[in-house]
Amino acid sequence: MSELDSLKKRALDELASCGDESSLRNWHSRYFGKSGEMLAALKKVSELPPESRKEYGQQANIVKENLSSAYDSSLKSCLEQAMLKSLETEKLDVSLPGMPPSPGRLHLATQTLRDIQSSFAEMGFQVFRSREIEEDEFNFGLLNMPPHHPARDMWDTFHTTDPGLILRTHTSPGQIHVMRKFFPAPIRVILPGMCYRYEAITTRSEIMFHQVEGLVVGTKVSMTDLKGTITAFTRKMFGDSRKVRIRSSYFPFTEPSIEVDMDCIVCGGKGCTLCKKSGWLEIMGAGMVHPEVMKNGGYDPAKFSGFAFGMGPERIAMLRHAIEDIREFWGNDLRFLSQF
Amino acid sequence: MKVPIRWLKDYVDFDLSLEALVNRLALAGLEVSGIKHWGTEAPEGLRLGNEEPYPVWDKDKIIIGLVTKVDKHPDADRLKLPTVDYGPGKSITMVTGAPNLSVGDSGQKVVLALSGSVLFDGHATPKVLKELKPGKIRGVASDAMVCSGFELGISDDHDGIIILEEDAPVGTALVDYFGDSIIEIDILPNKARCLSMVGVAREVAAMTGGKLKSYSHKLKKTGSPILGKVKVSINDAAACPRYTASIIENIKVASSPAFLKRRLQQAGMRPINNIVDITNYVMLEQGQPLHAFDYDILCNRVGGKVPEIIVRFATKGEKIKTLDGVDRELSTETLVIADSVGAIAIAGLMGGYDTEVTDKTSRVLLESANFDFLAIRKAMKSLGLPSEAATRFSKGIHPALVSEGANRALQLMQDFAGGIPLEGLIDCYPAPKAPQVIDFSLSEARRILGIDIPIAECTKLLTSLEFQVEQSGKDLLRVTAPTHRLDIQVGVADLLEDIARLYGYDKFPETSLAEELPPVLIDPELDFERKLKDTLVHLGLQETISYSLTSPEVESPFLESPKPAYVELMNPISSERTVMRQSLLASMISLAQANLKHTETIKLFEVGKVYQKVNNQKLPKEPYKLAIALCGPRNKASWTEDNSGGAHLNFYDFKGIVEGLVSGMHLEKISFKPAIHPALHPGKSAALMINEKLAGIFGVLHPKLATTLGLGNFELIAGEFDIHALASGLPARYLSKPVSRFPAALRDIAVVVDQSITCQTVTNEIQAAGGNILKLARLFDIYQGDRIPAGTKSLAYALNYQADDRTLNDKEVDKLHKKIEDRLKHVLKAQIRGKEV
Repeated sequence: MSELDSLKKRALDELASCGDESSLRNWHSRYFGKSGEMLAALKKVSELPPESRKEYGQQANIVKENLSSAYDSSLKSCLEQAMLKSLETEKLDVSLPGMPPSPGRLHLATQTLRDIQSSFAEMGFQVFRSREIEEDEFNFGLLNMPPHHPARDMWDTFHTTDPGLILRTHTSPGQIHVMRKFFPAPIRVILPGMCYRYEAITTRSEIMFHQVEGLVVGTKVSMTDLKGTITAFTRKMFGDSRKVRIRSSYFPFTEPSIEVDMDCIVCGGKGCTLCKKSGWLEIMGAGMVHPEVMKNGGYDPAKFSGFAFGMGPERIAMLRHAIEDIREFWGNDLRFLSQF
Repeated sequence: MKVPIRWLKDYVDFDLSLEALVNRLALAGLEVSGIKHWGTEAPEGLRLGNEEPYPVWDKDKIIIGLVTKVDKHPDADRLKLPTVDYGPGKSITMVTGAPNLSVGDSGQKVVLALSGSVLFDGHATPKVLKELKPGKIRGVASDAMVCSGFELGISDDHDGIIILEEDAPVGTALVDYFGDSIIEIDILPNKARCLSMVGVAREVAAMTGGKLKSYSHKLKKTGSPILGKVKVSINDAAACPRYTASIIENIKVASSPAFLKRRLQQAGMRPINNIVDITNYVMLEQGQPLHAFDYDILCNRVGGKVPEIIVRFATKGEKIKTLDGVDRELSTETLVIADSVGAIAIAGLMGGYDTEVTDKTSRVLLESANFDFLAIRKAMKSLGLPSEAATRFSKGIHPALVSEGANRALQLMQDFAGGIPLEGLIDCYPAPKAPQVIDFSLSEARRILGIDIPIAECTKLLTSLEFQVEQSGKDLLRVTAPTHRLDIQVGVADLLEDIARLYGYDKFPETSLAEELPPVLIDPELDFERKLKDTLVHLGLQETISYSLTSPEVESPFLESPKPAYVELMNPISSERTVMRQSLLASMISLAQANLKHTETIKLFEVGKVYQKVNNQKLPKEPYKLAIALCGPRNKASWTEDNSGGAHLNFYDFKGIVEGLVSGMHLEKISFKPAIHPALHPGKSAALMINEKLAGIFGVLHPKLATTLGLGNFELIAGEFDIHALASGLPARYLSKPVSRFPAALRDIAVVVDQSITCQTVTNEIQAAGGNILKLARLFDIYQGDRIPAGTKSLAYALNYQADDRTLNDKEVDKLHKKIEDRLKHVLKAQIRGKEV
């Protein structure tokens, strides 16, 4: 066996016995390093008689290439093995909690208001805001409730020490403001805002709450448009298979007045605790604008007609998220607010 | 309004299950808010699962019985042994302690419960249901019982067993005899006409296509004419449109018949005696309140002369003792019924003590009158005297109901009190209400409701509610409102309401608005506010919304003096909420405080209104404000790192948020300067200026205030900003800058300046010297200490040089850097660290 052959055999044997990356790298420097054996064997060509140089050179280069490619493939497979092994051993406990981010959030009431607003915006409704401290006249009188009108009993009112000034009990005074601003143009607005009622604070009632009122006025606005609009809204907010039911009701500023229910979002109408077995959830009051209110807004009720509706965003949020206590809203406990 | 179904069926036949009835009523605007059962089983669909339990009367076990004898208990004086027949050949003896059954009694009709019946345990409070089991009481076997109202679940009366009317059919199941469901209907103001059984029955008839049965009854006989026995005069016909008086003689005041008492109880009223009960019964039946006076007392008061009833307003300081025994002083807004001696009743509210019906009464003067709702409401309010009658008057009753109400009461008094009514009625009705006639065009139905309802259908629907309808032209109806309706005020719109609800809203199609879109409404503050909230959320803040009602005491430390006048509530709900807030800070701090009890880091903001009185203006201003509060560790605790002793949020975190807000909203002409605010640390607070005007103030909560509020262990940073002022920094448009494609050269510079020189001044000078090429000067360190002269500080900046059109060479950068150094030395007398030692 020639020297080269034995070098090759020895090198390959050693290579085969290398078990990990570092022994492979050692092998490589032993044979291919600056003073490595392979290099030394190649250099030997100059010591040979000229006639054997060519053959030796060829042989040596073949051995070099063999060893080099054997090394490459050993290294490759070693690295592959190591990776495969690491895939098996490097296991995270994915049940460990993630690093907590610190996101900011909008208050649930704001989120709900925005959902309502965007639903109506798609139907061409604009937002009109008006004041919270109102004149009695706007909150009641111009809405067809002269002083001592029995319907005033429907709203328990906070009065200020300034005679005739109250905290608005609903967003409806905005109807008069917006009509007087828009006349004689058609109107399609929602009027969101804070309202106040003189009530005991309980799980179901608050002294302060948002309301979103809607008002449409024009020369061809009817009850069927009202039904279409609120049905579309209900489906946008609560899902496209929602059914809507209309009941007769009473508000002094609309005639006819209606109450709008949707089929229960939990039981779908079969009856459950949320809907108190009725299968229906009340979502808003509405009606055709009362001729007196229309007049007070400056529009001729013989020519113009309109509809109005009003809903409580907090109540809607309570339905959507199974919130049982309305006091959570202004309690502002971060453990509550951060859930939304 | 509590409506027992059996009673309702006296006036209308209908074939609807209780569930269906409740549902139909709700659709028609008569929402049922509660149901009570007298022994009947609640239908599955109406069971909520959380109702109070009540006994369901077993048909076979709870039966009407006849007491045939009552024997003595051999071993107990208080116990008796009644024997009760309950059908042919059926008889049972049991033990009872009922005080209203005595040894030797017989002939009483009673409610017998056989063993296996489930009833309320008569000895247990709160109420528990218990099955009746055979047993022995003091040695005597007892397999049944005679029941009290308590045990049957129909009253809280423990005192004795129920004695039924004489004609109660022995052997009949009690549930068939008077078992019932009582629905409670919420009556809306426009349906005040439904505050009576007849009123509700009328609605049921209209919605089921049934017919209202007649409830008018003829008097059997009458005595002498009433004329000359009493005079009536009305002083104010607006307050009292109608007053009738009738007289019934020979009555015997006694307990009411059992059926009448039961019905009153079911409707929520307490039986008193037959005369009073009958007036209440008629009110419940027809909606017309009545009052009975003792006629003989009225005669005696005027010395045997003909009494005169005068309806007038009370005089100043006038007093009356009402039948509840209370002496009341009346306001001149209170309408009274008087005779020539004085007030004998408060009109519509309560009768007088001196003239009320007693056991001795034999002649009754019956008042059936109509009072204006306004007069009654004012009296109710000033006296705080709500009653069934006053509630009805205060919602409005049609004057036409007066005569039938009187007639019905007389008939019942004839039947159940042995009375003989005098013939006729004194009827004072100065200005009879004209019938309301409305011309109704079908095109209005089309225009407002959006549907075409055929004329025949309209006619049918209106007729079913007792409107008189005649066709007066093509598509034109002349409609006369029935005399029980007061709510037909605007005319056509009111008719549309009835037509729509009877036609059925479920038949209305859904249409899209065909109306043209209105002109665009622009509310820049609304857009600004929305972006502002979004920006703050992106900066990691949680929005809060707190009460706008507060108290001056709570807000005082957060307001700068002089303190402005508050919008004050006349009827505050509590002493903590007496005024409308002028600042968001007080509530922001208090909810921060509440949250710090359970949450380490809080980063909050609120955007909301404050309320400011304006001199010489009726309406206060309602500007929007923004409040922010920060407190706690900067980073959230986590298992991946040890957070103990980690850095806490400080003034500069707050300022960073303000700067983030400014850059996020693209506000311009911004500056900060030191500020003083009563709630903030004087050395750690700043004002945000926009265009040299104050836009807000922020800083570390004043340590003194923090201690007072129990926040001494926290460093809380808070601020309040005016939304309008912030919005004033908003440019019409903001411009973009091109991004340079050429590499940047980075250099640091450390500037030693006098301590009094602000960072802003140094930065401004660096930027002024650096010009366009200096893209960024970022402060990265501040040093004060031994290595620099006392009274100075070292500010280290990272400078970023970059040209937009070429790669800068070292020479250029050196030159510019030198220019900056020179300017700082020259203008600020600065030393450049590492350059001059």
